[in-house]
Amino acid sequence: MTTQKILLKLTVNGEARQALVHPMSRLLDVIREDFCLTGTKEGCGEGECGACSVILDGSLVNACLVPAIQAQGSTMRTVEGLAGVDLSPLQQAFLHHGGAQCGFCTPGMLVAGTYLLETDAVQDEDRAREGLSGNLCRCTGYVKIVDALLAAREGRP
Amino acid sequence: MNDYAHIGRSVLRREGRAKLTGAALFTDDLKIEGLLHGTTVRSRVPRGRIMGIHFEEGFPWEEFIIVTAQDIPGKNVVAHLIQEQPCLADGVINHAEEPILLLAHPDPERVQDARERVRVDVEPLPPVLSIEDSLRCDPVIWGEDNIFKTILITKGDPERARAKGHLQLEATYYTGAQEHVYIEPNAIIGEATPDGVLVRGSMQCPYYVHHALHELFQLPLDKVRAAQVETGGAFGGKEDYPSMLACHAALLSWKAGGRPVKIVYDREEDMACTTKRHPSRTRIRSAFAADGTLLSLDVEFLLDGGAYMTLSPVVLSRGALHASGPYRCPDLRIHARALATNTPPHGAFRGFGAPQSLFAIERHMDEAAHRLGLDPAELRRKNLLRTGDAMATGQIMRDEVDLIALMDRALAEIRYAEKRASYPVLNAGDEPVKRGVGFSVFMHGGGFTGSGETMLHSVAALEGTADGQVRVLAASTEMGQGANTVFTQVAAEALQAPLDLIVVATPDTGVVPNSGPTVASRTTQVVGKLIQDAALAMRKTLLDAGYLQDGDVAAAIRAYVAQHGTLRTESQYQKPDFVQWDDTTYRGDAYATYAWACYAADLRIDLVTYETQVADFVTVQEVGRVLNPTLAAGQIEGGVAQGIGWGLNEEVIWRQGSMANHQMSNYLIATAVDLPRIRVFFEERPYAYGPGGAKGIGELPMDGPAPALLNAVQHALQITPRQVPMTPEVLMDLVEGA
Amino acid sequence: MRGQPSLCEVLTPLNLAEALALLAAHPEARPLAGGTDLMVPFAAGRLPDRLFLNLWDLEELRGIVVTDGEVTLGALTLFREIAAHPLLQREFPNLVRSAMVTGALAIQSRGSLGGNIANGSPAADTPPSLLAYGAELELTSLRGSRWVPYADFHTGYKRSLLAPDELITRIRLSRMGEGGFHYFRKVGTRQAQAIAKVSLAAWARVADGRIQDLRLALGSVAPMPIRAKGTERILQGQAIRNLPLDAALAALQADISPIDDLRSSAAFRRKVAGNLLVDMLRGLAPT
Ligand SMILES: Cc1cc2nc3c(=O)[nH]c(=O)nc-3n(C[C@H](O)[C@H](O)[C@H](O)COP(=O)(O)OP(=O)(O)OC[C@H]3O[C@@H](n4cnc5c(N)ncnc54)[C@H](O)[C@@H]3O)c2cc1C
Ligand code: FES
Ligand code: FES
Repeated sequence: MTTQKILLKLTVNGEARQALVHPMSRLLDVIREDFCLTGTKEGCGEGECGACSVILDGSLVNACLVPAIQAQGSTMRTVEGLAGVDLSPLQQAFLHHGGAQCGFCTPGMLVAGTYLLETDAVQDEDRAREGLSGNLCRCTGYVKIVDALLAAREGRP
Repeated sequence: MNDYAHIGRSVLRREGRAKLTGAALFTDDLKIEGLLHGTTVRSRVPRGRIMGIHFEEGFPWEEFIIVTAQDIPGKNVVAHLIQEQPCLADGVINHAEEPILLLAHPDPERVQDARERVRVDVEPLPPVLSIEDSLRCDPVIWGEDNIFKTILITKGDPERARAKGHLQLEATYYTGAQEHVYIEPNAIIGEATPDGVLVRGSMQCPYYVHHALHELFQLPLDKVRAAQVETGGAFGGKEDYPSMLACHAALLSWKAGGRPVKIVYDREEDMACTTKRHPSRTRIRSAFAADGTLLSLDVEFLLDGGAYMTLSPVVLSRGALHASGPYRCPDLRIHARALATNTPPHGAFRGFGAPQSLFAIERHMDEAAHRLGLDPAELRRKNLLRTGDAMATGQIMRDEVDLIALMDRALAEIRYAEKRASYPVLNAGDEPVKRGVGFSVFMHGGGFTGSGETMLHSVAALEGTADGQVRVLAASTEMGQGANTVFTQVAAEALQAPLDLIVVATPDTGVVPNSGPTVASRTTQVVGKLIQDAALAMRKTLLDAGYLQDGDVAAAIRAYVAQHGTLRTESQYQKPDFVQWDDTTYRGDAYATYAWACYAADLRIDLVTYETQVADFVTVQEVGRVLNPTLAAGQIEGGVAQGIGWGLNEEVIWRQGSMANHQMSNYLIATAVDLPRIRVFFEERPYAYGPGGAKGIGELPMDGPAPALLNAVQHALQITPRQVPMTPEVLMDLVEGA
Repeated sequence: MRGQPSLCEVLTPLNLAEALALLAAHPEARPLAGGTDLMVPFAAGRLPDRLFLNLWDLEELRGIVVTDGEVTLGALTLFREIAAHPLLQREFPNLVRSAMVTGALAIQSRGSLGGNIANGSPAADTPPSLLAYGAELELTSLRGSRWVPYADFHTGYKRSLLAPDELITRIRLSRMGEGGFHYFRKVGTRQAQAIAKVSLAAWARVADGRIQDLRLALGSVAPMPIRAKGTERILQGQAIRNLPLDAALAALQADISPIDDLRSSAAFRRKVAGNLLVDMLRGLAPT
């Protein structure tokens, strides 16, 4: 016996979206399956890796840990919403500094990095590293990611 | 000075934009009509006999596709070096988590639920769970003696030389398993009908998968196809394992009448079931003259291979060939064995056996220095290989590299001499935080071991298109290391064409020739060279046909294709003339060339918590010409991060042959705050047989960190650590003398 | 993902009264706050619950209220809010520090203080600080509400005073002014986002060269977060220039009962707990 679905309404990257989902479905699955926004990744499903990072009502969250029902009526930004016509300054800095290797952690890193920049939490390298500590990367050793974040903060490429 | 248009420049990653906008599609991102979701029912015990499989009553099994060993149309095998590992266990179980049965259903939630409703009755048999048990043949679980492979390398008479030593030293070193933790778990989509099998997914080596499917289905080679999809990290973890996954997805699809089946492991399954770095035990017996000259080495190198042979013999080979380190030693013996245990097979992981044996020798050299009253740098100065010296296999060192200068540069960068003297004074005080500095010197052979490259006969091709582009056709995969970009640079350079003319084709066995697996630091050095040669040949073709007068390559290609229909050039691996190798005696040129390095670490060790923090980490390496400085530095930084993890933190906890801590919350990899700013320096000496002078670099950075860190621990605490990971728990025991 | 959302139902009350009524009617409903604990076993298919009570929208459970003598935090107060609160930073730095080392930012954006307590993990990060500050909890049901000392709340491994129809609604701290001695240290397997292998929080007041008040609490060394009362007794009233260190260390070993698990060993926990005590006392009585 399956239970009732709910009509989940969200503003996603500035657009009104809705989907019929189970209340305990993970927001991550809703984003990927129902909204077909596959930029948000699943690396662990347990809140450890940050590959599923999205900005939900102004907070940085792991979409794998949010039950759909708790996102009802929210405003959400995913990696697909970061670039305008052009790449965002942080995306440009990632490209320039080589912040993406395999690219699987990258959407989460960019979302977390965007959040950090917007909340002015990247005063120096130590703060940048602290801010990113919920996003795991196995490829880069973080040097180039941190450099990209610092560059974007200073408005450098 | 850079005379090149593209080579040596930090050309931006080709697929960079797609990876930054979320547009890059990984396997689980593909939208596919009529898709079924597959899953695997596995063994819970390390060894036993399957007595029966029970399906819970009252459950609608008719909705599910179910595959057991009996459903396999061809051979029940995942073909690697030999055909031994079953695709699905049939009757016997040889390791925990061994796949027994497959399920598929359109609803992913239902298939997960169903997995819990299959019960496999197993009569347990006594397992072998350690190198020691395996050596004792207690019991025999593989062949006659549990030994997958033995390698013996000898030179001179180490026993006699040992007798003359001023210092005779014997010590045993241990390294643990390591999980890859690529952030994208394994994922494959299979479609299989009698007309043909197509598998797409996250993989390093499409032709390995191709080979495995060919054997499993016993279909002609041209009826099976494997294509890579964007791959989220691999590090060796997607070298042999995807063959297993591909076989599973294809079998389910076969049974489902060709409907596509996707298998995506969740993190728990990926960690518990897939390959890891081989645990090792290395016993070194050495002798040194009073002045520190290395006289004799006797190395016993043992690897835990897990339950099936898979790639263990080649991992063992690389480990054995690096076991004497970058040192001159007239009399030596290296005796290496890979052993069977009832754990999931251990497999390829960046470094491929070399990190294990190099850890042992580099720790051993520091121990010897302490015993001789010499600074570790002095001891190495005495013994480091010089051009023209003979290595363990009799290979003459041809690389024109000054290892002492390399070492000195790293030591200067980390201010070794000053810290070596000042830290002991500092450490004598009451402060619980102790400081130590240490380093390692090492090399990594580029390309396949011994005759491997010759036997592979790799081929790469270039194809001109009607619209004036050039497609690079190679089976080498992009998995973050930058193959797309470097291939583009090499091809563009040789063609004297702009970068955007070059397109690297998706590695799809239906489209690209077999340029070999994407492993062994061979992609740039070996395959890159093939691409360079094919590009030079294409340029020559265009020139000879008179199309290149004004230098516009695109126009020339368009004109050529319009005139001749196709433009395609190929290049096949030719071993450099000087390379001679004998597989039976293990004599000769083990590798055409090596990358060389010295890594140095400065540590802060807190004796309140026994935590070790890396305060500074310096890497100096000679890797031929650096084709793309940003990408190359990224490889080094990432490899060092993994090496630091292996050295200090990453511990696989085994319970009954199974990884007990198979979650990211229990097996921890470094976050950004756990690592220092890793410093990267290159010493560039163009290698004549590499494209643009390049050598392989992918694995090198994995080799150096662990011994450098533990050497620094010895300096800080005057203890003799001999195992990695050196977790706080292990350090506490050493410090407190438990 | 091995959880089965299609089998799960969620009750979403709009206010506390409604929540308590629902819980009274469905005591089997599992309260769901930020989900940072619950969603992990749920996704792994290890959570038996099928009915959830969504607390996320209950405004009554949010907010930090400061009066002259007390600070009261709603159970849904997020770690991020604790970390950013100026008065807590000044007067309850251990709580702020422990909130700042709970997971990383994304966990701190959704994890709640009430969830951290109710989850009952012996390794949780804020409980030692709360114990060291002598916190009290308000437990509320349709039957009414009661305040209990937090030190009495946990009764065993994942067991507590909380009745099935009760919620934790508020956490109360008595203000002790500025100037006390505060110590918090967490030892994990890495420097960020790691579950504690051992943690120690202490609050003390020193006057006339003696320890006048001391509360000492530890995580990950017993089936639940604990006060080290035996150790406190040994140190209470002692001159800081002449502390009975050996006796204190012996008492600490009697106060704790750590085990071997996937993250560490009992031996390591015992040793490091002692080292932390020494480290704490070194801070209390700098030489
Ligand atoms: C990646 C990751 C890292 C983490 N790191 C840490 C860490 O470093 N330190 C640490 O301490 N914790 C850590 N946690 C655990 C978790 O974040 C905290 O315990 C958090 O405080 C839980 O709060 P929540 O609101 O998310 O609780 P939920 O998951 O919603 O609930 C947790 C439990 O509390 C119950 N509950 C919640 N609120 C109430 C209430 N008001 N009344 C009664 N019962 C209630 C629920 O029924 C459930 O049993 C981590 C978790 C993850 C996923
Ligand atoms: S998938 Fe959500 S944190 Fe890893
Ligand atoms: S770029 Fe591969 S995990 Fe970060």
